Amino acid sequence: MMFAPEAHVALAIIIPVLGAIGIALSNTAPNIRETVTLATSVLLCLNVFSILSVILSGAEPTVVLVQILPDIALTLKVEPLGMTFAAVASTLWIVNSIYSIGYMRGNNEPRQTSFYVCFAIAIAATMGVAFSGNLLTLFAFYEVLTLSTYPLVTHKGNAEALKGGRIYLGILIGTSIGLFLPAIIWVWTLTGTVDFVKGGILEGHASAGVTSVILFLFMYGIGKAALMPIHRWLPAAMVAPTPVSALLHAVAVVKAGVFAVLKVVIYIFGIDFLATTGAAEWLTWVAAYTLITASVVALTKDNLKARLAYSTISQLAYVVLGASMATSMAVAGGALQIVMHAFGKITLFFCAGAIYTAVHRTEISDMRGLGRQMPVTFLAFLIGSLSIIGLPPLGGSWSKFYLMMGAAQSDDIIIMVVLLVSSLLNIAYLIPIVARGFFYAPLGQTVAPVAVGYEKSDFSWSNIQEAPLFCVLPPALTALACVALFFLADPIMKLIEPILTP
Amino acid sequence: MPNMFALSSQYPVLVIVLPLLSAPLCALLRGPIFPWALTTAMSALAFFFSVELLAAAAAGGPLSYEIGGWAAPWGIEYVVDPLSGFMLVIISGISTGVLLFARESIAKEVPGHQLGLFFSAYLLALTGMLGICITGDAFNVFVFLEIMSLSSYILIAMGARNDRRALTAAFQYLIIGTVGATFYLIGVGLIYMMTGTLNMADIASRFADIEGTRPILAAVGFIVIGLSIKLALFPFHVWLPNAYTYAPSIVTAFFAGTATKVSIYLLIRFIFTIFGPDYSFGGVDLADILLPLAVLGFLSMSMVAIFQTNLKRLLAYSSVAQLGYIVLGIALASEAGLTAALLHIFNHAIVKTGLFLSVGCMFFAAGSVYLKDLHGIGKRMPITTFGFVLGGLGLIGVPLTPGFISKWYLVVAALEKGSVLGYSLVAALMISSLLAVIYIWRVVEVAYFRDPPEGAAKGEASLSLLVPTWIFILGSFYFGIDTTLNVGFAKAAAAFLMGGA
Repeated sequence: MMFAPEAHVALAIIIPVLGAIGIALSNTAPNIRETVTLATSVLLCLNVFSILSVILSGAEPTVVLVQILPDIALTLKVEPLGMTFAAVASTLWIVNSIYSIGYMRGNNEPRQTSFYVCFAIAIAATMGVAFSGNLLTLFAFYEVLTLSTYPLVTHKGNAEALKGGRIYLGILIGTSIGLFLPAIIWVWTLTGTVDFVKGGILEGHASAGVTSVILFLFMYGIGKAALMPIHRWLPAAMVAPTPVSALLHAVAVVKAGVFAVLKVVIYIFGIDFLATTGAAEWLTWVAAYTLITASVVALTKDNLKARLAYSTISQLAYVVLGASMATSMAVAGGALQIVMHAFGKITLFFCAGAIYTAVHRTEISDMRGLGRQMPVTFLAFLIGSLSIIGLPPLGGSWSKFYLMMGAAQSDDIIIMVVLLVSSLLNIAYLIPIVARGFFYAPLGQTVAPVAVGYEKSDFSWSNIQEAPLFCVLPPALTALACVALFFLADPIMKLIEPILTP
Repeated sequence: MPNMFALSSQYPVLVIVLPLLSAPLCALLRGPIFPWALTTAMSALAFFFSVELLAAAAAGGPLSYEIGGWAAPWGIEYVVDPLSGFMLVIISGISTGVLLFARESIAKEVPGHQLGLFFSAYLLALTGMLGICITGDAFNVFVFLEIMSLSSYILIAMGARNDRRALTAAFQYLIIGTVGATFYLIGVGLIYMMTGTLNMADIASRFADIEGTRPILAAVGFIVIGLSIKLALFPFHVWLPNAYTYAPSIVTAFFAGTATKVSIYLLIRFIFTIFGPDYSFGGVDLADILLPLAVLGFLSMSMVAIFQTNLKRLLAYSSVAQLGYIVLGIALASEAGLTAALLHIFNHAIVKTGLFLSVGCMFFAAGSVYLKDLHGIGKRMPITTFGFVLGGLGLIGVPLTPGFISKWYLVVAALEKGSVLGYSLVAALMISSLLAVIYIWRVVEVAYFRDPPEGAAKGEASLSLLVPTWIFILGSFYFGIDTTLNVGFAKAAAAFLMGGA
């Protein structure tokens, strides 16, 4: 650590902003531009991790940026949950930057400079969301994140991108201004503060009925958490180039949504207050409904990115479910899910983009036999899938485990059944992709029946035609990370433990 | 007692007299530079005086200046209190910023031999606005109101070179504006009949004795309706979209930030200082009229803005909607509501001026402000268009823009009101903001997702246009992030008005 922890907190936002300026200045030299992107992401990651030790020791470094209203300042305050989110996002930004280079160059995408600039700004906004010290700061960076990702979603600039952009912006801005903001102002008029305080601030200020209404405004105001029926923006955002879908719509943006949900539940309502009033009971059912329905819809999608998008909606509902059950185990499961799902889902998106870059296929039915041509990609896809399903020894198993414990803790048999059914659905929509890739004959070929005992291996080194290295390396790395996270669950739990104990 | 002969003691009169006397001088000047330079210098001086006056009023309480040494209430009194000082700064500041933009822009839109006359009309309009705010005499207000109105008819008609419809727009404004001003005069006449005085403070002190009488009731009606016409409150707004659409770019930018705001200032002055809030919202309950009109206004006008094909007209309808927010703040009849209204006067002025200036840049380069001619303008003029988008975010009320700050205060004031009414007002405000998203995004889509027409000129507006535009755009972000100044002065003025009642 070079400076005081407060300086490092402020730097988490300043570094990507400076990076964006550097990228814009190196517009004419693509190699320098990409070097700036990579250097910025590495610097940011080192910077975020330098704060970690301070957080582990229990401190909460606070930076007041500017007094925006007489009683409310834009404030950054790092607490364990935000630290976790920032660490995940900044780590994956490095991998994603490598991947972006391979993808954007491999597909000859236009306007790459503005792509990287908007990306860096979106990361800065994500850091702001992660480190926000009060609701107003959270809201401000949340909106910056929406607006900075709009150019990325509409990057292709065609009619389809325009339509996707409309849905994206319409739902995200509509819900945030129409519901999230009134909820914040309501909390402010009730309590006179919007600070995130452990144990919540609403207790004693709001009746059970009012609490339910405010919770409703928050949950549907935070559109990025993609609760049904305001989930449509996420499939719409899939018109974006795949690196955007990978980092932003599997990690930064959607996780900013569920992170905000957890923050609001833990620091504004307070877990105990929610549990005693029972105001969150309806939310459990909405989350359970979203979880199952989105999985079923995912089954019907043949477009790989669309299927992954619906899978994300379903996986996000796990986090909301954890928050709504308002027990410490369930909330821990929700927090772990933010981490574990991030690594699993970004692997899947990386693979989808690698397939697109290598053979320009987007439909799952066209990907038969591709595993023989792209074994690394499909193996990474398998590992990512298994992690999302929640099988050991992969990271995803922990979040499912804690959520199940949470459901058991509150004797919620139906929720336990929902979780089980959902895991089965995950298998049903993810594993066939890999199975088709390896076991079916490639498109246009048929395999002649052979007698038992005379099968020949179809594998040959000469068939392998992977995407460019920069597209294949990242999913391999994140797939390995999924394995590593299985063994790292304990340190992560240690980090987030303080928020669970009152 | 400050030294009578010190220059600073003469600031209240200088701020009016300098632009007023420069106007005929300006009419004599020829060439493209001199009239503009004189006007800009006078406006900048007025801005300097205004800032000094506001600072003095904020530090040492209201200043009073007796014109010609005739003591009030017989003579005309100029008063600088936190409210009028705040208005003076807004008006002269916007005017100066717009003038920096004007040199190149107006040379393209107004014939060279008329520039002297154009700028003298501009100076008169500026004088009128400043005068309305500073004077403490109800009849003197009418005089300045006419100076401002007559010169603004001229300024709007100057757009005729580009589009002949400017003439009918100016004529329409003349007819409706005259009706409004006449209503105001009738109201003042009735008050004079009942009180025998025209000095505002004097009227206020005698108002309690006569407030129940019928002539006063009629006077309140005439004044409120007359001012509502002048401030373009829905449904008296029909003159505004035409006037803003066909006037030269800088005139639109100047008026959007100031002209209607002056009438709002008068409405606030009459409601809170002269009638007193107890009478305005107890005796006659103006909120019953103003509140529904404000809500209907911002909802319907935001809706209408969505369907416009002319960018200036779109922003004009948006202005009517934003005026609805301000009137809503007044109609909430609380200190929080009044703070929100005053704050939004400032915030909307800076945002809308920035927007109209960036539209001015587009007009300068593309020669049209119809959306169909602005296809792909984001690729043709990236800097200007990005400025427009940032300004549009301010209009929507995205955090870190001043629009957000106004909305915050307005929603807090509405929630303070409580009950079903308060909650439905919050809902209406949010719906209106979302409508603003739609009309701004229509422009964004035209600007970035349509291909530029064949052979369209590519290239940015020159620096003399871009720099003032971006001063307003960046300024708006400054006042959206560090709100000490604007919120501070709005709060002080609101407290002064409520406390002084």
